[in-house]
Amino acid sequence: MKSLSRLFAIVSKEVRQLSRDRLTFGMIVGLPIIQILLFGYAINTDVRNLKTAIANTAGSHLSRQFVAELGQTQVVDIVAVVTSADDLEHLLRRGDISIGVYIPPDFDRRTVDSTRGAVQLLVDGSDPTILGVANQLREMPLHFDAISRTGSSARNIEVRAYYNPERRTPVNIVPGLMGIILTMTMMLFTAVAIVRERERGNLELLINTPVSSAELMIGKVIPYIVIGLIQLALILGVGSLLFDVPVRGSILDLYMAAALFIGANLGLGLFISTAVKTQFQAMQMTVFILLPSILLSGFMFPFDGMPRLAQWIGEILPTTHFIRLTRGIMLRDAGIGELWPEALHLAVFTAVAMTAAAARFTKRLD
Amino acid sequence: MRSEFAIDARGLSKDFGALRAVDGLELRVPRGQIYGFLGPNGSGKSTTIRMLCGLLTPSEGTANVLGTDVPGDARQLRPKIGYMTQKFSLFGDMTVIENLKFIAAIYSYPVERRRQRMEDLLERYDLQEQRRQLAGTMSGGQRQRLALACAVLHRPELLLLDEPTSAVDPQSRRDFWANLFRLAEAGTTILVSTHYMDEAERCHRLAILDRGVKVADGTPQELQSGCGMHIVEVLGDDPYAAQAALHGVREAVSVTQLGVRLRVLIPEHHDDPLAIVERALREHGIEASATLTHPTLEDVFVAVTMKPEERAA
Repeated sequence: MKSLSRLFAIVSKEVRQLSRDRLTFGMIVGLPIIQILLFGYAINTDVRNLKTAIANTAGSHLSRQFVAELGQTQVVDIVAVVTSADDLEHLLRRGDISIGVYIPPDFDRRTVDSTRGAVQLLVDGSDPTILGVANQLREMPLHFDAISRTGSSARNIEVRAYYNPERRTPVNIVPGLMGIILTMTMMLFTAVAIVRERERGNLELLINTPVSSAELMIGKVIPYIVIGLIQLALILGVGSLLFDVPVRGSILDLYMAAALFIGANLGLGLFISTAVKTQFQAMQMTVFILLPSILLSGFMFPFDGMPRLAQWIGEILPTTHFIRLTRGIMLRDAGIGELWPEALHLAVFTAVAMTAAAARFTKRLD
Repeated sequence: MRSEFAIDARGLSKDFGALRAVDGLELRVPRGQIYGFLGPNGSGKSTTIRMLCGLLTPSEGTANVLGTDVPGDARQLRPKIGYMTQKFSLFGDMTVIENLKFIAAIYSYPVERRRQRMEDLLERYDLQEQRRQLAGTMSGGQRQRLALACAVLHRPELLLLDEPTSAVDPQSRRDFWANLFRLAEAGTTILVSTHYMDEAERCHRLAILDRGVKVADGTPQELQSGCGMHIVEVLGDDPYAAQAALHGVREAVSVTQLGVRLRVLIPEHHDDPLAIVERALREHGIEASATLTHPTLEDVFVAVTMKPEERAA
């Protein structure tokens, strides 16, 4: 009973202080919105409008049809039409174009000869993304070959779908972004929480009162759980409003997953808080964990493609498991029950981090 | 069993790496008294106070504080101790009343009497006008009164004050001490550290610390009468020249200028201190009068913090 009222005292103190700290308060709302706009618009792996020049030396009906269809994919933006392969190379070297399309004089004949390529793509390979797109475009003449052989033009629609190189869209980014934003804010707020009181001298007073380590830890964490859930609502709202991100699964499952994830991050933040001496160190530690959370969690790069060591590190990070949960729930309509190993990992992580933090936070100064 | 001492420390020591901050401290603080800790910065005052309330673990020795052994389970000690830190440690972004409410909740002060208690404290410590002011925006004296109000809110038996007056003006200091006497009269034991002589003089008893070692303890009167020094006061037109003249006198272990006067400390085993001083002044042709006087606490402090070989001169 006494313990409960002490806990409540800590919680209301934290809330009161938070409400007076305008910068932090602004960050709670501003950070998720700015992040989602930045990531949603800037990290866009649908590559469109690559500057392209065409050298059509065939001049046949079939070659013109090919050029028209290439333009319709919207992947390329035909900015120049030249007459020779040399001209293409020249433009490429000057950086005016990313892709040069060379159509040889015997284009029509080549399309029916499966042993020889019908079209040559000259690609600026310095950006791997562009190269990847070009590799997909390379398959176009082969398919074109099939069309001309079957003589069916009704498969044009199918062709466009096939060539659409969209592999990831904001739909895929936003569920992952939820993990990144929550990691960033939750961990930072709590990492700073105890150190700030240590720096201001409040801690020396607090540890001399009957308040226990656990009461102090839990009391500091509770307000942030609520804040985290509010942030989640913000991200979901902006995501669906601006980027049409669906929530195909249960929203309750999503919130349960988020609560677990927030717990894990707060635990980690508190642990950092007990391990460092200054707020500056706390921020450095946060970045130290945030970077692998962005890079190794499967948010930026497909998890399966990473080296084994990176995968191991990724498996430890709560963000990895949360992103699997959100993508599963939001995009594949999976239930949290089906994804229980991920949920369990988060629960265990929370328990371990919180216990470690409370144990490290001895009520002494030495 | 209720000991007559609120604090009974035996051989208390604390090392920080190679530095021995407190060395073999013996300390007995009687209940209901104001006990002073006098010493320069870095003499181990704060470290001792922190060990006594369980914030630091002693490297050696033990202490019994209000019947609880230190080091040991400090939990049962916390409700009985009020602690005022050297640096203001309340919440600057909360108001006076919010700080008080928080402290009351943390100490589980009975809810039905909480409001009355807070009102009493606001009145007693003259904070009624500041009740809605953020603690961080208050003056040094106001902050210090708030800190004291928070430290005594739960009616502790023992109050540990770590240089409570270092950031306040003389008037605030006087008021602060009036409050301390009122608390002591009501039965609270107070351990207060300071580096102000006038504050030390107000204590019932005091201990003088120097580089982690207790060099003297007793009532201010005992310390003054037992300081082991003759005090000669020199009054002349040119105190600077007088000081230069006395500088070469082996027996004068300390010469301090106070305005136009000089205070000269001469160890007690010299029979005629006045003659020693007058001879030196005469030899240098300086016109000045010398008189014997009583030691002040400052003289005691200078004497006891001297190196033994200096004192023996």
